[in-house]
Amino acid sequence: MRKLITISVMDRRSFLVSASAASCMLASIGRVAAENASAPERSLQFDSEFQAIIGSATPVEHGLTVDLPERADNGNFVPITISVESPMTDADYVKTIHLLSTANPVAGVARFHLSPLNGVARVQSRLRLAKSQDVVTLAELSTGDMLIATSFVKVLIGGCGL
Amino acid sequence: MTKPNPRIKLPESAKAGEIIEVKTLITHIMETGNRHDKHGRLISRNIINAFVALFGDVEVFRAEFGPGVSANPYVAFQLRVPGPGAFDFAWTDDQGVTTTAREILNVVT
Repeated sequence: MRKLITISVMDRRSFLVSASAASCMLASIGRVAAENASAPERSLQFDSEFQAIIGSATPVEHGLTVDLPERADNGNFVPITISVESPMTDADYVKTIHLLSTANPVAGVARFHLSPLNGVARVQSRLRLAKSQDVVTLAELSTGDMLIATSFVKVLIGGCGL
Repeated sequence: MTKPNPRIKLPESAKAGEIIEVKTLITHIMETGNRHDKHGRLISRNIINAFVALFGDVEVFRAEFGPGVSANPYVAFQLRVPGPGAFDFAWTDDQGVTTTAREILNVVT
């Protein structure tokens, strides 16, 4: 009697998909381990974007509140709420809010332009974060002042292929 | 690719002078330009890069997006209602496609 032997062969596509998913997960695990040891690094692109925005201003850590989760399970959808304490009058209002990532392939995430018409300086959106990192928010006021807030977000599964 | 589909959420009614929240979302892949297809070729970037909101033909909010904004970009902002009127929203992507939406605000006295 002959015994039937079935051999399951993975086709090329499913192999590639599972291989890339596995390498992606391994990479994030490696990153988390590495990041626990040291402070998060900042990309060169972040440094130059940051300098271009602040110019000669000295940003102060005051009046700018950024709500981001401390731990993001999915780096593809990270909710953010930005609020600035501002009277939003013609004499004193928030002109622009800059959102920068320190470790994504592209540092500039978004820029929001406001005016006294808004009444309240509060903006919500959702970000992609490739890995655990600092998110830097800058608020440019009509008075010429610049506010800054830095939030560290630990990303468990990065926005892969970002 | 499917056609971008905008969704707007306004309060059911508002009074002049009141501050309201305007929630906007548009379906869009927000392709970052850093991903490869299954043959290893780079998929070209296509994101919504600009969003603008007008109320009664006056610009009340504007945003520029990079690839770090999630797919189906969601933005909520505030507005002090100047009086009765309608919102006009426009989203533009890297391929030059602009999607618009108009939404009338129900202003009560």
